Amino acid sequence: MRLWWRPSVFTAGVMSSSVCFAQSWNMPVGVTNVSRDIYGLHMTIFWICVVIGVVVFGAMFYSLFRYRHSRGAKAADFHENTKVEILWTVIPVLILVGMAVPATATLKNMYDASDAELDVMVTGQQWRWRYEYLGEDVAFNSSLSTPRSQVTGDEGRGENYLLEVDEPLVLPINRKIRFLMTSDDVIHSWWVPDLAVKQDTIPGFVNENWVRINEPGIYRGQCAELCGIDHGFMPVVVQAMEEEAFDDWLAERKKAAEQEAQGVGREWAMDELMERGESVYASICASCHQPDGQGSPPAFPPLAGNQQLIDDLDWHLDKVINGVSGAAMPAFRNTLNPVEIAAVVTYTQNAWGNDTQEQVQPSSVAEQTDP
Amino acid sequence: MRSHQAEGVRKTVTKTIFALMGMFAFAFALVPLYDVFCEVTGINGKVSTSAQQVLSNEVNRDRYVTVQFITRTSAGLPWRLGVETRQVQIHPGQMTEVDFTFSNRSQSASWGRAVPSVSPSTASAHVRKVSCFCFQEQRLDANENLTIPLVFQLDNTLPEDIATVTLVYTLYPLEESNERPIVARHMNNKNGEI
Amino acid sequence: MAPRIPLQSPLQHSDTVATAGGVDHHPSQPTGWRRWLLTTNHKEIGTLYLIFSLSMFFVGGIFALVVRAELFQPGLQLVEPEFFNQMTTMHGLIMVFAAVMPAFTGLANWMIPLQIGAPDMALPRLNNFSFWLLPVAFTLLLSTLLMPGGGPNFGWTFYAPLSTTYAPASTTFFILALHIAGISSILGAINIIATILNMRAPGMRLMDMPLFVWTWLITAFLLIAVMPVLAGVITMMLMDINFGTSFFDAGGGGDPVLFQHLFWFFGHPEVYIMILPAFGIVSAIIPTFARKPLFGYASMVYATAAIALLSFLVWAHHMFVVGLPLVAELFFMYSTMLIAVPTGVKVFNWVTTLFRGSISFESPMLFALAFVVLFTIGGFSGLMLAIAPADFQYHDTYFVVAHFHYVLVPGAIFAIMAGVYYWLPKWTGHYPNETLAKWHFWFSVIGVNLTFFPMHFAGLAGMPRRIPDYALQFADFNLVSSIGAFFFGASQLLFVLVIILCVRGGKPAPAKAWEGAVDLEWTVPSPAPLHTFETPPVFRQIEK
Repeated sequence: MRLWWRPSVFTAGVMSSSVCFAQSWNMPVGVTNVSRDIYGLHMTIFWICVVIGVVVFGAMFYSLFRYRHSRGAKAADFHENTKVEILWTVIPVLILVGMAVPATATLKNMYDASDAELDVMVTGQQWRWRYEYLGEDVAFNSSLSTPRSQVTGDEGRGENYLLEVDEPLVLPINRKIRFLMTSDDVIHSWWVPDLAVKQDTIPGFVNENWVRINEPGIYRGQCAELCGIDHGFMPVVVQAMEEEAFDDWLAERKKAAEQEAQGVGREWAMDELMERGESVYASICASCHQPDGQGSPPAFPPLAGNQQLIDDLDWHLDKVINGVSGAAMPAFRNTLNPVEIAAVVTYTQNAWGNDTQEQVQPSSVAEQTDP
Repeated sequence: MRSHQAEGVRKTVTKTIFALMGMFAFAFALVPLYDVFCEVTGINGKVSTSAQQVLSNEVNRDRYVTVQFITRTSAGLPWRLGVETRQVQIHPGQMTEVDFTFSNRSQSASWGRAVPSVSPSTASAHVRKVSCFCFQEQRLDANENLTIPLVFQLDNTLPEDIATVTLVYTLYPLEESNERPIVARHMNNKNGEI
Repeated sequence: MAPRIPLQSPLQHSDTVATAGGVDHHPSQPTGWRRWLLTTNHKEIGTLYLIFSLSMFFVGGIFALVVRAELFQPGLQLVEPEFFNQMTTMHGLIMVFAAVMPAFTGLANWMIPLQIGAPDMALPRLNNFSFWLLPVAFTLLLSTLLMPGGGPNFGWTFYAPLSTTYAPASTTFFILALHIAGISSILGAINIIATILNMRAPGMRLMDMPLFVWTWLITAFLLIAVMPVLAGVITMMLMDINFGTSFFDAGGGGDPVLFQHLFWFFGHPEVYIMILPAFGIVSAIIPTFARKPLFGYASMVYATAAIALLSFLVWAHHMFVVGLPLVAELFFMYSTMLIAVPTGVKVFNWVTTLFRGSISFESPMLFALAFVVLFTIGGFSGLMLAIAPADFQYHDTYFVVAHFHYVLVPGAIFAIMAGVYYWLPKWTGHYPNETLAKWHFWFSVIGVNLTFFPMHFAGLAGMPRRIPDYALQFADFNLVSSIGAFFFGASQLLFVLVIILCVRGGKPAPAKAWEGAVDLEWTVPSPAPLHTFETPPVFRQIEK
């Protein structure tokens, strides 16, 4: 009774995969005017190549068939023809010029980021993205949310395996959005195929790009530049909303940010800090230091039983807040708020048998982080 | 190998060795050349790292440009870099002063430097900095705060299609430095106590 | 290219071991392993290069198979991402610097003196030294895999700061290995230039040289021009890592993008270093088996030179998404598109050479024909990649991986295999087993396309390069690619078998092993004796 279902599963698998195949074996048309232009260029140059290919390979295979030695073909002796040679130099040049004209126009358009209505700063960091809505006091991190158990195969893989994040970048449709892109460590590349935006993020320098999305929806992409161990686990998810829905969302996020800021002033209880710290640890720290705090030396030191960390709370706090220069440990003051830092340090001090009973209050973190 | 060939080989080898040395030197020469090239053309938003003359004081009152300021601090430096305002609206040609505050939040002195970048990169050739903290390395004592103004102007030749210019400063830690004293510090020490 | 013949009969100038001149030049030969360690004979050194290259082809191939095995299905099954990155990096480095480049140098060593009627390379002892640097360099490079922190894991393009500030401790050894390999290439290039310019048979003008010699001459100039730049850039890395400079570190006033400019200033000519000699080989084989002179010899030479010159003006097309200003994007887009013109001329010339020929399909010809078709497909995707706006979608995806594997595997490597089958009779005195060679050919063609064609689709659908695990919609393409890769890898064992059998025996080959062959190497006996052309042949072109 166990074997009979296998062929049917197989058939179902083939059918679903061929559906998949049909949907995604070409560049997506995308949901912006630029992405449509690019798709148009892509298909034009593709068909030009097909036509040239048919002509050239046609002539080649005709010759191979027609002038076979085995058929008794006698070789001619010509070895140059200036007219023909000029012709097949000039014709490709004309085709290329014909191709360069629309490509130049599209490129100029892609480089015009002026008159944007919203500025979003995108920062790459090993191995997550940070989004800041400039001038709006809204900022958050966006990390992979696919559980490790799906990667190892202990659990079935979901539909958006490796292309899902804890918090997507939310953008309005029909507004021109300018991206300012940079990186905290190595070069990453922010890419969403449906938006036709791919831009390297260079540490210390800022790149610009822009998008105006035509349709609401969820658009998924990935980091495109090799950026270290978890390069393959650094997805980008953009949720495009109707403009009003976006305004509501932004207002709500602002309010939440204010509430969070107020939380800095009050005294937090140990179990509150531990609970919050556990979730911060899972989404931010665990990818390098591992969920069990064992790390993966030498790049990522263990936290569980780390004597320096247990003995010296100030040192621990300094490393989390200010990071380590030239190592994978970023300065979390840039990406976590005081509550989150206080919580995760408290959690690390007490988890996995570290049990120092130390706790850190958000207010004392704020003294070291606020501008 | 006959003697005329040996002679030819020797000449060829000498020439190729000179070419090799030339290309090796060229690779290193490309580093300063690239910086010059970047400053001239504004590739990568690199801006001049030395003070510039004001070209003209003529202010174009008909045009507004938004200048945004973004400050960032990289890993390993326990400093904050604050700016008095996030953005200003200015006219091309107008001299503008904006205060930046460096503060060391640790119990020991350290060195850092703010690295500038301009977006869009085509604007960087038009940002004329008369005085900038980014020209020098900074040293901050434990818990010290230091306010330094950025004095700059956007020149009148700023391309028409640029309405927003973003200046980004990223603070990087430096090793202990014995370099020249920090001029900006003595000139503009408006060291505010908090 | 008109047929040409030497005035003297082959035996007169090749049967020279016992002649008076021979004794002076070649004191008593060491035997056993010392013979190979100390040899200064261009044929023996050529053989060493080819054997080294073939073994490294398998080492790099095994790394590729580790990558393909991990990518066989979604999820992490076999290796950790850290090791996966080391495998992609090492695969690239080994294939570029230890397989393809030494293979061409090996062919150059064997064939250039024979094709220009020279007794040996201009600098035989240097020749020995440049070969023996290679095993040193790559033993060092491979040993980094065993060092704490692992080997290079930042891709064969080693972009800073991933390869400097964030690199494993072994990176200094990686730099040293690359320096040694670079010196080897440079010395090889000097030797080849000196040989071609000074040691041609009397009467052979530059425009009489076979195209393999021409393409290698231009390649050698490219090597002289860009290997020092590679040396410079890795020296800067070394200084950034160990001596506190900051060429590529924004914090110290440097710029990570500068690294890419320098790297690709080397890297793009490097791409042509790996393909120009292939053009030369194919330009020898197609006329031979079409029994018709090559169409447009002069335009072939000019096209090769044009490609070489343009290769210095296109480097930033590898950097379309790093944030170059608009004018730079446009410049590099136009110059890159322009490369299609001389490359097209070459393809048209090959096709026209076939037209009205008398074509037979021996194994060298099969590989050369597959080269023309599949390299052109790689050229088409290259043209698509040149369109800068579209490159924003293609860049760093599997589309790029498909593109450069099409120009390098059925491009460079098929041309090398074609060359090996073409010249094996000259090297060993026996024809390779044609049946096995044809099986090898068809397996390779199927394997290559099965492996790399689906990568176009995966890339267009959005799969980035250099990822150890991928989203589910890429699963079908990767499955096919992995099957193809193992099939291709296994079929290369046939190649080794054919070579071994051919060395040990087979149908004896005459001096002129192929009916339509015209160049000077076919005037010496098969197998070519250790010393040939001790008395230079007088080269004369037959005027019509």
